[in-house]
Amino acid sequence: MSDSGEIWTAIRLTLGLAFISTIVLLSIATPIAWWLARSSRSWKEIVAAVVAMPLVLPPTVLGFYLLIFLGPDGPGGAFAGLWGARSVAFTFEALIFGSVVYSLPFVVQPLRNAFVAVGSRAMEAAATLRASPRDAFWSVAVPLARPGFLTGAIFGFAHTVGEFGVVLMIGGSIPGETKVLSIAIYDYVETLRWTEAHILSAGMVVFAFIVVLAMLLIEKRLGRVLR
Amino acid sequence: MTADPTIDVRLGGRIGEFDLDVTFSAPPRGVTALFGPSGSGKTTVLRAIAGLQQLAGRVSIAGEVWQDDQAGVFRPTHTRAVGYVFQEASLFAHLSVRDNLLYGHRRALRAGAREAIAVDEVIALLGLGPLLARATINLSGGERQRVSVGRAMLAQPRLLLMDEPLSALDRAARDEILPYFEALHAALAIPILYVSHELPELERLADTLVLLSKGRVQAAGPLGALETDPTLPLLGAADASVTLDGRVASFDQTYALTTLAIPGGSLVVPGQIGATGTHRRLRVRAADVSFSRGASHDSSILNSLPARILSITPQDSPSGQVNLVVALGGDGTGAHVVGRITRKSQDRLELVVGAAIHIQIKTVVLVAGR
Repeated sequence: MSDSGEIWTAIRLTLGLAFISTIVLLSIATPIAWWLARSSRSWKEIVAAVVAMPLVLPPTVLGFYLLIFLGPDGPGGAFAGLWGARSVAFTFEALIFGSVVYSLPFVVQPLRNAFVAVGSRAMEAAATLRASPRDAFWSVAVPLARPGFLTGAIFGFAHTVGEFGVVLMIGGSIPGETKVLSIAIYDYVETLRWTEAHILSAGMVVFAFIVVLAMLLIEKRLGRVLR
Repeated sequence: MTADPTIDVRLGGRIGEFDLDVTFSAPPRGVTALFGPSGSGKTTVLRAIAGLQQLAGRVSIAGEVWQDDQAGVFRPTHTRAVGYVFQEASLFAHLSVRDNLLYGHRRALRAGAREAIAVDEVIALLGLGPLLARATINLSGGERQRVSVGRAMLAQPRLLLMDEPLSALDRAARDEILPYFEALHAALAIPILYVSHELPELERLADTLVLLSKGRVQAAGPLGALETDPTLPLLGAADASVTLDGRVASFDQTYALTTLAIPGGSLVVPGQIGATGTHRRLRVRAADVSFSRGASHDSSILNSLPARILSITPQDSPSGQVNLVVALGGDGTGAHVVGRITRKSQDRLELVVGAAIHIQIKTVVLVAGR
């Protein structure tokens, strides 16, 4: 009973983390992707490279720097001092922060591609039809980029669910606070609790299949809409 | 200056290879065509008038200033009452035809624009009824461009800008859409600026012509005047012709012939082509015009008119022909017509500038209803 309770705690925590991270990701990635798609500044690719770095960096390296950033001697520590804590590392909030940084490129990239596909002509047409830039963004760019938003959201969500290295570095393994699915599976294997490890791993396999299938279906739809 | 009903444009700046310096005025009604070869800056000027691109200068439409660098005015596109038809229809793929049409209409009315043309009028004018519920991806090229024109008009513009709206269409689609444009021309109370490098298109649509060359205005004026100006390249074109405004004067039942009054004379064309008093646009090709010293009554050609010679210029080709521009009427105050003859004929008839002459027009082409 306590075993299944433990499993459910990990699942709930993981889903909560992924859900909140996805919302934060979309609200941060949208303006970045829009700027990257529309700006003509030559240095925008440098920004794009910084955003995309987590694609290449080992998660432990990213986690290490995030740990320093969030820890007692970093800005995170100073921030935590506001309410008398020593550090924001090893909290649920730290996980959200880490997940957002780590998954950002997976959301920015499809959004940027979708915004590029919208093109400047549609925005110009909207402007000649009396739509302000803000109006045109919401009434033309966002609906036309809808497949990009779907892809980005699914990527961001799935990537957060599956992340391990960053969480291990900045979250540790506190049940109900930072012990997410991937950490739980690792712990079960370490302590030779194969049944629980099997249940969670099989669940992840099914989840991964659903995600990939959804992606393919959206891709197909995207192709249809834009042709 | 503020009550000026015309379109005043003065734009300059460096674009690509050359300096652009364009100044022109256009009348408050009818189609003014910006005509010139590709790369002469036509589209740039149109985009700058819409505010999609910023050049230095001043743009005012019927007294409303859209840009004035000296006063520090540059109104963003969405605050200009402009309609813009792009080369490609640029419809919103996520909206139905109906919602595309209503996109600008809704926003214009919300911004306080007077509804000068209603949704139903535009739908009827452009034949859009059967398309309304369709998705834009299921439309043909010609249909898309018709929707695009309707969408622009419903934004209640004070000026309609059309940037080579037919150039992306095949011949069949052009023939399908041109009559709609002509109807538009007749129905719209606002001026249209029409960019094209296709003369036949302009002969059907344009009233006023602005000739652009390498970023400069080469000439501007009524279409007919520019077509017969010996200093401009239109006269030397292989298919040179002149566009005339004819008013239906009478119809002869016996022979089924319509007489049209034109400045300085009248022309007869076969068939009944409209009620008395209606205007028709006519075209007379230089190749269909011949000349004689006196009136000829022993010819099958019905249209023989007195005229006076305005200019004689050699054609820029090895054919040795000359272009002859005449003004119709015995006193030479009527419409200008151009003809092309050989130098031998010129010498044989002893044609000189100012001489009285008779012209015969073999074919009068009906261009469109007005």
